[in-house]
Amino acid sequence: MATIQTQGFTLDNSGQRIVVDPITRIEGHLRIEVNVDKNNVIRNAVSTGTMWRGLEVILKGRDPRDAWAFVERICGVCTGVHALASVRSVEDALGIKIPKNANIIRNLMHATLYAQDHLVHFYHLHALDWVDVVSALKADPKRTSEIQQSISPWPNSSPGYFREVQNRLKKFVESGQLGIFANAYWGHPAYKLPPEVNLLATTHYLEALDFQKEIVKIQTIFGGKNPHPNWLVGGVPSPINVDGAGAVGAVNMVYLNMVKDICARTNEFIDQVYIPDLLAIAGYYKDWAAIGGGLSGKNVMSYGDFPEIANDYSNASLALPSGVILNGDLSKVLPVDLKAVDEVQEWVTHSWYKYGDEAKGLHPFDGVTEPNFVLGKDTKGSRTNIENIDENAKYSWVKSPRWKGHAVEVGPLARYLVAYASGRKDIKEQVDGVLKALDVPVTALFSTLGRTAARGLECQWAARKMTKYYEDLMANIKAGDLTTANTEKWDPSSWPAEAKGVAPVEAPRGALAHWVKIKNTKIESYQCVVPTTWNAGPRDAKGQIGAYEAALMNTPMAKPEQPVEILRTIHSFDPCLACATHVMSPEGEELVSVKVR
Amino acid sequence: MSDTYYDLMRRQGISRRSFLKFCSLTAASLGLGAGGAEAIAQAMQTKTRTPVIWLHGLECTCCTESFIRSAHPLAKDVVLSMLSLDYDDTLMAAAGHQAEQALEDTIKKYKGNYILAVEGNPPLADDGVYCIPGGKPFVEKLRRVAKDAKAIVSWGSCASWGCVQAAKPNPTQATPVHKVITDKPIIKVPGCPPIAEVMTGVVTYILTFDRLPDLDAQGRPKMFYSQRVHDKCYRRPHFDAGQFVEKFDDAGARMGYCLYKVGCKGPVTYNACSTVRWNEGLSFPIQSGHGCIGCSEDGFWDKGSFYDHLTTIKVPGIAGAEGTADKIGLTVLAAAGAAVAAHAAVTAIKQARSTGRNDKVSEVEK
Repeated sequence: MATIQTQGFTLDNSGQRIVVDPITRIEGHLRIEVNVDKNNVIRNAVSTGTMWRGLEVILKGRDPRDAWAFVERICGVCTGVHALASVRSVEDALGIKIPKNANIIRNLMHATLYAQDHLVHFYHLHALDWVDVVSALKADPKRTSEIQQSISPWPNSSPGYFREVQNRLKKFVESGQLGIFANAYWGHPAYKLPPEVNLLATTHYLEALDFQKEIVKIQTIFGGKNPHPNWLVGGVPSPINVDGAGAVGAVNMVYLNMVKDICARTNEFIDQVYIPDLLAIAGYYKDWAAIGGGLSGKNVMSYGDFPEIANDYSNASLALPSGVILNGDLSKVLPVDLKAVDEVQEWVTHSWYKYGDEAKGLHPFDGVTEPNFVLGKDTKGSRTNIENIDENAKYSWVKSPRWKGHAVEVGPLARYLVAYASGRKDIKEQVDGVLKALDVPVTALFSTLGRTAARGLECQWAARKMTKYYEDLMANIKAGDLTTANTEKWDPSSWPAEAKGVAPVEAPRGALAHWVKIKNTKIESYQCVVPTTWNAGPRDAKGQIGAYEAALMNTPMAKPEQPVEILRTIHSFDPCLACATHVMSPEGEELVSVKVR
Repeated sequence: MSDTYYDLMRRQGISRRSFLKFCSLTAASLGLGAGGAEAIAQAMQTKTRTPVIWLHGLECTCCTESFIRSAHPLAKDVVLSMLSLDYDDTLMAAAGHQAEQALEDTIKKYKGNYILAVEGNPPLADDGVYCIPGGKPFVEKLRRVAKDAKAIVSWGSCASWGCVQAAKPNPTQATPVHKVITDKPIIKVPGCPPIAEVMTGVVTYILTFDRLPDLDAQGRPKMFYSQRVHDKCYRRPHFDAGQFVEKFDDAGARMGYCLYKVGCKGPVTYNACSTVRWNEGLSFPIQSGHGCIGCSEDGFWDKGSFYDHLTTIKVPGIAGAEGTADKIGLTVLAAAGAAVAAHAAVTAIKQARSTGRNDKVSEVEK
């Protein structure tokens, strides 16, 4: 093809085609294809979601009070975010106000997820893009110990401690069974850390794996289990009883003390391990502050979250504000209205679905999703053995959502940019602090490194909030308020014949909303537009590329056959494909012809 | 020359004493007693690490997330010392061609000797195009890897039963593993997700004894799935006494009464939640105030609302033993006695049949 201009990018698919499928260390299934020019610079990028589950049609006709459990199973990594969006949207539809304690507990559970999910993302899904595990074998543990002690008061810092981890790694490698580390990119020229820092980070990979399971125990206390804790329309299911008969059977002082302790330990781990590691590693990869910016320096969006006043979703109440920034203009934050039919819309021009008029986008209340798996004429391979995708035709199970027609990026970086531009002091102090520590300008945020750094800062922010919400809860209990659920409208006979609602959540990966219509006490239609749909979505009717595609553009690759650079940028978004690819027709008709094999 | 678990643990600085302690704790968690500890110690000193291939179909990754929550043993120790996780899209460092090469290498090198763990399930509708990692239908990958596997572990309710994407009308024709692979031993570990220590307990059992655990008629390990949540629920005395939560956050809820009337499916759910509990034994759904939704049961999504209580527990052939929570609510003393009788009878019938879930014994009425 001739080159194509869009959103300030020049797409050229004439060079060598590289396929990365599966993209590993993500949730779900994602395929990336790129074309590189003769200097191995990416000149065209194609993002394909390769799975689809159809949850929304499954919800049709169900009890709206049950919906949270179904949609919670959209994702077990960012567990609970869809359940939260669901109970909020049903409450919006039915006009249910939740009690103050329920709001605090939901915020606490949500902040807990942020802390755990961001931590796991950094160490277990992203770190191996920057950290060479095999190089750690060459490290001098004494030097690693010195580095550790110079950047953090974390007590696991003796030379003997690092030597023990190194020995463990050595024996593991010598066993010849490399397990999850097999056949990776060790020794690749894109890895820049000295062996001592590699040992430091690998050690913390293991420590973080042990510690992350402690953080989620807060969700277990209030929700009974994790992953997939329990939620409740009208509040939270866990009753509070701190001094009466039966206190042992409810949220009591023992549990509340445990929550306090977990909050403290979480802050400690993030402050003393995650943030120092992030800064230490980032220092060696400052060139990535100019790579992978994609849409982040252009259009970003946040719906806002953490209402500190129960049932109030205005920016006066939200700890993370809502808003849209267009064209990188940080002086203007535009308001978002989820009910406005001309704001959030989804296109399927390049998605494996069918619309009556594919030149138009549809608002989620009017959403239609009819699967239509067809491949373009330039596809290499066949329907069940795709070698190269044809991006000029339909090419993904992910739709293309747009805000007023604009492709936008969502996620921690988008949230931080919106908060920064909104003048939020807590966020601004954090951001300015890290820019100073790394000695980079504010534009450095618009990058792969910026995305990864914003997530780390937000993890720290969330840990602070965990403590705050614990304190809020104790203060409210002390004031004599034990209420955790509003059951006034629990009985469906109290509901109107028809109702519809929508509610936002900022999931760890970005802006999420559910739109629900209720008719005669049952779900009539249910639509989710999720963070990874915004980020991983394909081109739209105007040919505008999505956030993943944009972020890969113009990235230089050292060895295209070993695509570490692609993994770095894609992982910086923390993809969640099970979330992105579950949308289905609200009509609920049989949409596919089934062949029993 | 491959290392044994014991070699690895010793070289990793774990003392023989700690090693033996680990073996007894593992044995205890599996209910095996002192002889069991010896068997585990013996096995771990003589075996190389068994390769495991962990595939993901249509799923939400909650099983992997649960797995890494395991406290005894730690997920870290499972992955580094007990088995060799040679392929797992969620955790492996390699991607794309390099990842697929790692898969090929394991299949070839350990033909007939690796374990296949499946999270999620294959959608069969429309030639399988609803899940095409690597550009090909997942069901093909599943069949190919299963062919040379020693055994298959079906993680969670997706692989075991179909779970949420298979709820009516199952638009992608999501299909559990045992309906696609019929010529291999399959061990089902249902739950959405399964409890972390149940997952690592099953894996440890298979690796150390080199055999599948005893399974019930539905293919679930008896050691974790032969009793109802209700049988070992710490709120059971309140059920027997007719003390129920009528509404969430009412006085009964704050007293920790039985959640039966707000929909608890504990009486028809076979799982270890009320005994092993979740997240290092911290709690389980009922303990935190919400009824069990029955997430380890086949088709639990299509058995009515999670908040509709099981209005009737009918026990065929036993006259008068028809206790219901509604009646109990009206006449506490009389009906509580009936409920005790009903449950004693259910347990007796269950023991006689000894085959897991039985639809005829307990039925859910909307």
